[in-house]
Amino acid sequence: MLDLSFEAPKPKVIAGAKHDWEMVIGLEVHAQVASKAKLFSGASTQFGAEPNSNVSFVDAAMPGMLPVINEFCVEQAVRTGLGLKAKINLWSAFDRKNYFYPDLPQGYQISQLYHPIVGEGEVIVDMGPGIARRVRIERIHLEQDAGKSIHDMDPNYTFVDLNRTGVALMEIVSRPDIRGPEEAAAYVAKLRQIMRYLGTCDGNMQNGNLRADVNISVCRPGDYERFLETGDASHLGTRCEIKNMNSLRFIQAAIEFEARRQIAILEDGGEVVQETRLYDPDRGETRSMRSKEEAHDYRYFPCPDLLPLEIEEEWVEAIRASLPELPDEKKARFVSQYGITEYDAGVLTAELANAEYFEAVAQGRDGKIAANWVINELFGRLNKEGLSIEESPVSAEQLGGILDLMAKGDISSKIAKELFEIVWTEGGDPAEIVEARGMRQVTDTAAIEAEVDRIIAENPAQVEKAKANPKVAGWFVGQVMKATGGKANPKAVNEIVAKKLGL
Amino acid sequence: MSELSSLSIAEARDALRRGDVTAVELTEACLREIEAADALNAFVHKTPEIAMERARAADAMLKEKGDEAPGMCGIPVGIKDLFCTEHVPSQAASRILENFRPEYESTVTAQLKAAGAVMLGKLNMDEFAMGSSNEHSVYGPAVNPWRVDERLLTPGGSSGGSAAAVAARLCLGATGTDTGGSIRQPAAFTGIVGLKPTYGRCSRWGIVAFASSLDQAGPMTRTVRDAAIMLQAMAGHDPKDSTSADLPLPDFEAAITGDIRGKRIGIPREYRMEGMPAEIEALWKQGAEMLRDAGAEIVDISLPHTKYALPCYYVIAPAEASSNLARYDGVRYGYRAKLAKGEGIVEMYEKTRAEGFGPEVQRRVMIGTYVLSAGFYDAYYNRARKVRSLIKRDFETVFADGIDAILTPATPSAAFGLGEMSEADPVQMYLNDVFTVTVNLAGLPGIAVPAGLDSQGLPLGLQLIGRPWEEGELLNLAETLERAAGFVSKPEKWW
Repeated sequence: MLDLSFEAPKPKVIAGAKHDWEMVIGLEVHAQVASKAKLFSGASTQFGAEPNSNVSFVDAAMPGMLPVINEFCVEQAVRTGLGLKAKINLWSAFDRKNYFYPDLPQGYQISQLYHPIVGEGEVIVDMGPGIARRVRIERIHLEQDAGKSIHDMDPNYTFVDLNRTGVALMEIVSRPDIRGPEEAAAYVAKLRQIMRYLGTCDGNMQNGNLRADVNISVCRPGDYERFLETGDASHLGTRCEIKNMNSLRFIQAAIEFEARRQIAILEDGGEVVQETRLYDPDRGETRSMRSKEEAHDYRYFPCPDLLPLEIEEEWVEAIRASLPELPDEKKARFVSQYGITEYDAGVLTAELANAEYFEAVAQGRDGKIAANWVINELFGRLNKEGLSIEESPVSAEQLGGILDLMAKGDISSKIAKELFEIVWTEGGDPAEIVEARGMRQVTDTAAIEAEVDRIIAENPAQVEKAKANPKVAGWFVGQVMKATGGKANPKAVNEIVAKKLGL
Repeated sequence: MSELSSLSIAEARDALRRGDVTAVELTEACLREIEAADALNAFVHKTPEIAMERARAADAMLKEKGDEAPGMCGIPVGIKDLFCTEHVPSQAASRILENFRPEYESTVTAQLKAAGAVMLGKLNMDEFAMGSSNEHSVYGPAVNPWRVDERLLTPGGSSGGSAAAVAARLCLGATGTDTGGSIRQPAAFTGIVGLKPTYGRCSRWGIVAFASSLDQAGPMTRTVRDAAIMLQAMAGHDPKDSTSADLPLPDFEAAITGDIRGKRIGIPREYRMEGMPAEIEALWKQGAEMLRDAGAEIVDISLPHTKYALPCYYVIAPAEASSNLARYDGVRYGYRAKLAKGEGIVEMYEKTRAEGFGPEVQRRVMIGTYVLSAGFYDAYYNRARKVRSLIKRDFETVFADGIDAILTPATPSAAFGLGEMSEADPVQMYLNDVFTVTVNLAGLPGIAVPAGLDSQGLPLGLQLIGRPWEEGELLNLAETLERAAGFVSKPEKWW
């Protein structure tokens, strides 16, 4: 059994002026499919290109242009669905969502309202060792992204960049299973991690490749449980939707603010108005974008330019067979295979590249020591330098070499750290460096004994002190280490010093 | 009327191959006719330079390939303004596409071009293919070359310019598009042949969309054989149109054998409308007799959901149109209204679309928006979709019972006078489509064949409806009907 068992976290409770409150959160995450071409046109999706350079006739909605589905994007959606243990719908269909906006050239977004490609699934959101929230996924559908309107470049005009228009997005819709701001952020982080493992979305939130809309309401303790039992949403409060956040920090802050805003309204005897809101990170608050009355009537209807999307069971199974080991399984395996803590396993599996690095180091070595070195020395140093694992100057092979020298007793852990520093800055084969620079640990007891004898002979006063207070033996150990340039095996030095001093 | 421009496509093809005539000569003859026919207002963008260049290229291809040259090689044709043609104005007869010159060529016209066909220019039509009289055009109406008194008559619509041009011998054939009858009704009004192929037979790529699930391009010609030759060049699978069928293309002309013995022709009782003119009824009966005389079996059939077809069509087509036409917003191309100081994007949309779209387009966009809106979707759009599948099933049932094709009138009347319907309820105009919309709703091939003249001397057509993908068989039946009807009348040149 590779699954780790866990308990659900306690919901976040906010103490109001009158009583306690809880919150109920559901998320719609928009993940850009890691595809070189757009969902319905062959245009490039390359980020940062000159404005309006990645625009085909289809993207610009020229008259008579027609969408053609990009099969690769479909595959990525299926892959994501399988990664979230979700039902894959062999029959799905595209609908048009109609609204006018200058960065939406067609006047509609092609999406999947009625028949999404992926149905129900779940995500385990880790909230600490042994604690995790099971968040149910309602659906994942494929849709086109819109372009970008730039309002602040000219006082009289709005500029439109259509590079993003038509880029494939997966909208991942959760059930209202999330019970706090930290959980919401952790949920998005977990989705990001899984999709990065799958290679279906690069998860780059800064570039907007992963964005979230948050639905949040507040209720009294016990209400949520009543809702779960009955399925009756009237036990929950009126929700507001906070649109389009592209940072985990903002998601957390926006939820925190929004929950308190709603609580304040309710405790004042007011009513929360269902509406769409925007989070302003500069002021740390949400503000109304449009009310329910102003909500668009999207006039969804099946897109007549596209046939229903029918996929074969065998194709889905082939994708399933090609899935990599996912974070939860990898973490559980690391705990059982390498005997490391769940916490360390979590750190090591956060990114696939980290996990692969660790496994390369741990292969045939002591897993715990490997984990320590990778997490403390390597990650510590990478963090300090702001480098990614791919940019690490020390390869897994080199780090493994350092650990091997330590395991053989050729170097002490202290020397190992120096050696790590040399490899980091200068590169090279650790064993050769040890040889060339005479860093090998002295384990020759005769040589150590001679050194100990000399120091005892030269320091009679210290000998007396040591006999009265055995802790002073450490001074002798230190002298020996100093005299040998740190290369003496500390264990051997300890033993010999104790013996010679008669302790 | 020039002898050359009056040739059928088949005759011209054979003459070209024999070297009796060159594509340049044919093209020049047509261009002369076009220059003299401004009163018909059929050609709205003339492209004589392109025509001459293509004619010369066609002559070269004919010289090189001889009898192996495609059937359309060197044949001068007109192109409905709904087709995007590279660097040539393509504005769907709408102000909103003013000055729009696409950087691309529709698949159908690209295929015609590749086959050596010679484009003479762009043809008038109802704006965005919405209309049955060609009166809803930014260019003003095209005029029917047929006339029996001082009245100017409609050539029908929406492919009115195509029909007028072919009937007036300005070109040998023309492209049309048919969403609810826009090829067949004008063909019937002008005494020519109009074929709407099976949905998915011709690519929609590059054709300005009206109602995507119904739109289909097809040939408008003076003979059934010509329709077969022209369809051959227009049809075929196109990966750029997901609704285009990936099916092998049969030899349509070869299917015209003249032998229709044993074919079972259905006469749907529901098409016997109340108030149908006696001459239409008589023509229909004669048509059935002609087919029987040629060896076909005439069978009374029922298509029980026929009466719902028109309302169903006038929900689905506007719904799709309201969405398809959303892209004409003044942002990227075409017409943009002038804004007053302080006006923003909403005013830009409203003014651009109010000034850019004509009243019929606006009416359909509003109907479509209404039937798709929250609270009405199920009552209108969803219901219409259900009715549509019932209509489709009606046809499947009779075809499964062994019916090979269905014979109906093409239109409920002959051509009417321009302006005559302007005061009428729009629904009166929509009734023109009563015999044709079922075919679009069911995605079937249908062909209008000139079959006689009414008491005033105006052409009347009959419609044959075929099984899906059986255009060959349909053409064969139509050719028999054409031969039996012996329709040889031509409009007297008055323009």
